[in-house]
Amino acid sequence: MNTQVSLSGLVLDNPVIPASGTFGYGYEFAELYDINILGSFSFKGTTRDPRFGNPTPRIAECESGMINSVGLQNPGIDKVIAEELPRLRACFHKPVIANISGFSVDEYKYCCERIDREEQVGLIEVNVSCPNVHGGGMSFGTSPEMAAEVTRAVKSVTTKPVYIKLSPNVTDITAIAKACEEAGADGISLINTLMGMRIDIKRKKPVIANKMGGFSGPAIFPVALRCVYQVYEAVNIPIIGMGGVASAEDVIEMMLAGATAVQVGAANLVDPFASKKIIEDLPRVMAACGIENLTDCIGGAHHG
Amino acid sequence: MKQVKLTVRSNEPIAKSVYKMTLTGDLSAVTAPGQFVNIQLDGLYLRRPISVCDCTDGVLTLIYKVVGKGTAQMAGMTGGEVLDVLTGLGNGYDLAKSGEEPLLLGGGVGVPPLYMLARKLREAGKKVTVILGFNAADEIFYEDEFRALGCETFVATADGSVGDKGFVTDVLKNHALSYSYFYTCGPEPMLRAVYNATNTSGQLSFEERMGCGFGACMGCSCKTKYGNKRICKDGPVLEKEEIIW
Repeated sequence: MNTQVSLSGLVLDNPVIPASGTFGYGYEFAELYDINILGSFSFKGTTRDPRFGNPTPRIAECESGMINSVGLQNPGIDKVIAEELPRLRACFHKPVIANISGFSVDEYKYCCERIDREEQVGLIEVNVSCPNVHGGGMSFGTSPEMAAEVTRAVKSVTTKPVYIKLSPNVTDITAIAKACEEAGADGISLINTLMGMRIDIKRKKPVIANKMGGFSGPAIFPVALRCVYQVYEAVNIPIIGMGGVASAEDVIEMMLAGATAVQVGAANLVDPFASKKIIEDLPRVMAACGIENLTDCIGGAHHG
Repeated sequence: MKQVKLTVRSNEPIAKSVYKMTLTGDLSAVTAPGQFVNIQLDGLYLRRPISVCDCTDGVLTLIYKVVGKGTAQMAGMTGGEVLDVLTGLGNGYDLAKSGEEPLLLGGGVGVPPLYMLARKLREAGKKVTVILGFNAADEIFYEDEFRALGCETFVATADGSVGDKGFVTDVLKNHALSYSYFYTCGPEPMLRAVYNATNTSGQLSFEERMGCGFGACMGCSCKTKYGNKRICKDGPVLEKEEIIW
């Protein structure tokens, strides 16, 4: 049985990747299990300058999911390179995915140029879809022109594979995916969280200080799957699928929709061993589905 | 931190809307008073963080107030239920700084974590004074338990039905208490009042809405003079000197 997959030449032992923002820079989880069993992981969204993020409360619970409005809290690219990556090197020996965010095209470019020199980074995931910050993040991912501009700018400063992480909060995600592909993206990551909110009926106020946030968890899996399916038909570059993935069955379903690799997000927060359990369960589910080579099932739901 | 299965041994009301639950199982990750556990409940996506009231002789004691769906589900447990629990979360109180006469101030469901702290301080031979604040007589719990540990114990109620009328800080005003250090847990307005009313250094335990409870999601961050901290992982206990209100 073979669980190996390849993302633009980056070979992963298995397609399971903890999603950015749910796995920190790795070491909280490295205390719990050997994170080298992972295909890779996407580190916390990083910007040029250090950010505290949004006021609290930042979290609200939903049926089968949660809303977060963290707002890209991170120590800034320089500190990530100087402190987080060396610390990670001690517990993770595989190439990591660098998740980069920004508030201007120049900022995306700056961060990717810095991270391009880091040998530990196997792939850059450019987040143009954060719903929790103003004047940046998602505003770059809701128009094909802007997404293409960011893609071109980033591609001009790095030789590492560049995957653009897209938002589902758009009219036509395929138009944006196509624009990224035409601008030179090596792959597409999707989906980021759905915009959502909750109101406390006793206080009669939004639960989250920033009023709205990004909805994630099993509730969004069908939306994510649909987006992956549509984008697979629109582009010829690999897709990393994510959104509500919580089991090995979900991983296979995402791959059948067209994902080459799959990220696990919110599930890590409610069960710190979620990614490990999914990886360990994958061979059983592959056997049950008659899959010998995992790569054979990529896009399988589109044929015939 | 450990992910363990704990079995509910007992669960009973001890005051208005307040329950005491005892659980058994692998408690090896619980290492300090002031830590919390995060409990998975049926049909609820996020775990419920509950402070540790005591952990001794293989029994974990939790005291919680019914405030929503999760705690209502817990209140309905009768014993024998097996729960998926993350244990040993948070930094907990640092006992080493207590001095000889520590003062403990707890408000409402901020009282429980002070019990294990009081027990440990008494075992270390400290002279412990405790001030417990509640809204009214029917909400009071654990007054006798603190006395049984040998702590000098004061009670304040907002409606004046028992003890000093007002808040824990009114007890400080009304009685000439001498103390070397303070430890507190309660709602944020109380923490702020204690911060202003005390004349020594101390440790304050904070509450915040959490996503994961173990430092991964950055949902419960706060700013301190020592840098950004996560209430769940770097807290919930912060030192007086680092707090930015």
